[in-house]
Amino acid sequence: MVKRQFDYENNYENIQDKIKELEELSDSLDFDLSGEIKFLESKLQALREVKYQNLTPWEKVLLARHSERPTTMQYLDGICDEWIELHGDRLYGDDQAVVGGIGTFNGMPVTVLGHQRGKDTNENIKRNFGMPHPEGYRKVHRLLKQAEKFGRPVLTFIDTQGAYPGAGAEERGQPFAIAQDLMLLSGLKVPVISTVIGEGGSGGALALGVCDRLIMLSNSVFSVASAETCASILTKDVHQAEEMAGNLKLTAPELKELGIIDEIVPEPIGGAHTDPEQTIALVKAAMARNLYEVMERGGDLAEQRYRRLRAMGRFTSK
Amino acid sequence: MLKRSFGKTKYIPIPHDTQPFRPPKPGQAICPQCNSGITAEEMLENYKVCPMCRHHFPMYAPERLEWIVEPGSFQELNNDLSSYNPLGFPGYDDKLAEAREKTGLSEAIITGLGRVQGYQAVLGIMDSRFLMGSMGSVVGERICLAVEKAMELELPFISFAVAGGARMQEGMLSLMQMAKTSASLQRFHEKGLLYISVMTHPTMGGVPASFAGLGDIIIGEPGALIGFTGPRVIEQTLGQRLPENFQRAEFQLEHGMLDLVVDRADMRVVIGQILSLHLGGNHG
Repeated sequence: MVKRQFDYENNYENIQDKIKELEELSDSLDFDLSGEIKFLESKLQALREVKYQNLTPWEKVLLARHSERPTTMQYLDGICDEWIELHGDRLYGDDQAVVGGIGTFNGMPVTVLGHQRGKDTNENIKRNFGMPHPEGYRKVHRLLKQAEKFGRPVLTFIDTQGAYPGAGAEERGQPFAIAQDLMLLSGLKVPVISTVIGEGGSGGALALGVCDRLIMLSNSVFSVASAETCASILTKDVHQAEEMAGNLKLTAPELKELGIIDEIVPEPIGGAHTDPEQTIALVKAAMARNLYEVMERGGDLAEQRYRRLRAMGRFTSK
Repeated sequence: MLKRSFGKTKYIPIPHDTQPFRPPKPGQAICPQCNSGITAEEMLENYKVCPMCRHHFPMYAPERLEWIVEPGSFQELNNDLSSYNPLGFPGYDDKLAEAREKTGLSEAIITGLGRVQGYQAVLGIMDSRFLMGSMGSVVGERICLAVEKAMELELPFISFAVAGGARMQEGMLSLMQMAKTSASLQRFHEKGLLYISVMTHPTMGGVPASFAGLGDIIIGEPGALIGFTGPRVIEQTLGQRLPENFQRAEFQLEHGMLDLVVDRADMRVVIGQILSLHLGGNHG
């Protein structure tokens, strides 16, 4: 069976409980164990640190999907001085799986966009588990054009398993909507900085990720398709997802090595959800630094972005 | 002629006659749609279309090339680019070797310069036999180089897509080909050049969601499955059966996603007409 529980966290919790018992014992018996307790606590801390520095690709996939992990709107609240959400694609509807709007970022007006998933069942139903329909991608398209018109830089947040695999999405042109976003972003005349905050899956994630600088949180993943999808297509066995996650090279360090991403933002020990404030502050700092670098670099922005994209791929030539 | 007086050309495609079922004889190809027997000569004459029911058999890249391009006019580009196994993905080397052996092709797309209906154009023709026509680094690179060549020479770009989706064995390098090919077409379109995209059976996943979905004019071959997510996955998600024609070219035409659905027997003439409407002259 595919491992879905955070076994290691359960173990740490058990150890933590035992230490607590020891503390209580120490208090009630008036028997000083504080030195031993301190030692055990530092040992546990060291154990966790080592574990979180050595998570397997599959463990990162699970952590990237953690229901408590901060979502796009938490980042927007945290990194913008203020922001207002803008709705709808002017064609069909308002896709709640994608949020967009205008805000100020360190005093500068910016357009913000991101996939939005929920943290509980109700919210996830409203947000369609963060999986957009074509109207979501067309809202993105509309807000990107608006950003370009007013010369606002664009900040995007990637957090989706992929575009929604449903009949309505296909009837309304899912592939065409995604293709239009990819093309528009590639030539957009304002800077675009993107961060993968959770799980990035397939073209549905990439539609918000064609940019000048691509940042990833250290436990986030970005993949051509989910490990489960790849396993079921290539091996006809979804239970091989864990092994597949290793084969796909979907972790931040592996993608940096391949030249796909530019920067990794370290998460606190235990993952982004254990300290959202610190995580969001670090993401803000990284996005600001990259944005200012792109702005100060000058020159033809679209040309530079094209060169960046054009270099992607690995092949031999005789 | 009456048609002429209305300013129409003789090239409006008309539905082709179908013939009643014909039981197959030994040695004949059997149509998967109507189960009729088709002789080898009929296959050749009809460009691999069933004369009984108009079912379009897969046309492989070398066959399509011979069919669409004027004899002797084709000059292949970037055939030297070749895939390797950048992620060390288990089994990918063997699959590549097997696909090369089976097809005699170096990758899932042939690109080059050629004359189509009297017009010089840059072409990209995919082949479904090569790892399901999936888009990896080499397919993406060849498309970008072809589009850039078309820009340099100010020529139209014509693609015939057939794809199962991304080349999973190349992971994110494969996904980024969507961004890369879309980016080169952004520049191509900005230059005011013409891109005709033909989607054949099947054109799924990252290919219609990138370069193939960005044609000025998008044509489907009859019966071609066109979409982002495959019908089986959607059926699993929804837990219900989809209609028979779901995501077929005719369905996509009805939903406003394609400009035209064109029978293979008319395809060259229709492409020639579109080229002539954009480039002028009467080379048809």
